[in-house]
Amino acid sequence: MMINDDQERFHILLMGAVDDELDADERKEFARLLAQYPGFVKEFEDYKRLKEATKAMRFKNPPAELWDSYWLNIYNRLERGFGWILLSLGSIILLTFAGVEFFRALVFDSSLPVVVKIGIFCLIGGLAVLLVSVVRERWFVYKSDPYKEIKR
Amino acid sequence: MDTIETVIKPGLGPEILHFKDDQEAILQSQRGNRQAFGFLVKKYMQRAYYTALGLVGSHDSAVDLSQEAFIRAFRSIKKFQAGKNFFTWYYRILRNLCFNHLRDRARHARPFSEIREEELESITDSDGATGAVIERNETQRLVWEALESLKEQEREIIILKDMQDLSYKEIAEVFDCPVGTVMSRLFTARQALKAKLERLYS
Repeated sequence: MMINDDQERFHILLMGAVDDELDADERKEFARLLAQYPGFVKEFEDYKRLKEATKAMRFKNPPAELWDSYWLNIYNRLERGFGWILLSLGSIILLTFAGVEFFRALVFDSSLPVVVKIGIFCLIGGLAVLLVSVVRERWFVYKSDPYKEIKR
Repeated sequence: MDTIETVIKPGLGPEILHFKDDQEAILQSQRGNRQAFGFLVKKYMQRAYYTALGLVGSHDSAVDLSQEAFIRAFRSIKKFQAGKNFFTWYYRILRNLCFNHLRDRARHARPFSEIREEELESITDSDGATGAVIERNETQRLVWEALESLKEQEREIIILKDMQDLSYKEIAEVFDCPVGTVMSRLFTARQALKAKLERLYS
């Protein structure tokens, strides 16, 4: 039981020792465990070698031009994002205005046969129902999606 | 605003303001100053790129994801709490993007191992000894093979500690857990890596 406890504690301290992140008390405790259990010394050596191997890993450097254009790219994307918001806002305002004007013109146009007016209203009404239905479906899927936080 | 050292061409363009520390740059960014945010991007872009590369293993994806993470960071910079470490906060956004990317890629069954090896640097020893270079590259190849076969979270913690040199405190901040948990997770990850390597060497 004592060995198991010591072993568990050793494995926690082992990481700190390998990464040189132990404080003075922990270092003393680690040294005591090493002295008490000779088997731990080999394990310590193994993990030090493992750390050296992973620490030696290096990635290929990307082309130097990447760093020159890196921020510019982000800046442009940020700026374009703002541009898209303005564009969308403008489109919504203009389309709403056009829709209202179209509706008024349609209702008050006495030259247009009633049957054509009914046809246009049915068409618009159908599109609106379909749009609302799709939006509602997407909303319910979003509400019940367990990964929505991750994806965001 | 005495912390600003120099101002290069103030205006609406992508010029960057320079600051003595992150906090002032963050404060300015929170006021919507994109040029101040440029200071943070310039400071952390390499670290961000290499971290993403370690997680996704592809140059193009690493560039795209690390830049996207900066864009998202700027959009939510107002939520950043003063006094915290910017990179660890940014990294949380980056890791979500990277893991989602990996999941999307897994659906398309792209061979991850082949991509990874292309990214590895061919390290040449200063004495130019061919044997040493081959041995070192062989070791690198094996370590990567073992690393890539680990679980995402295991690979991540090893990359953060050994390649990005984050302290336990910084890693704890990233994962929002105590330092003891970081040590314990690191042990599990390294234990798994050691076992994989032993298998590969045998």
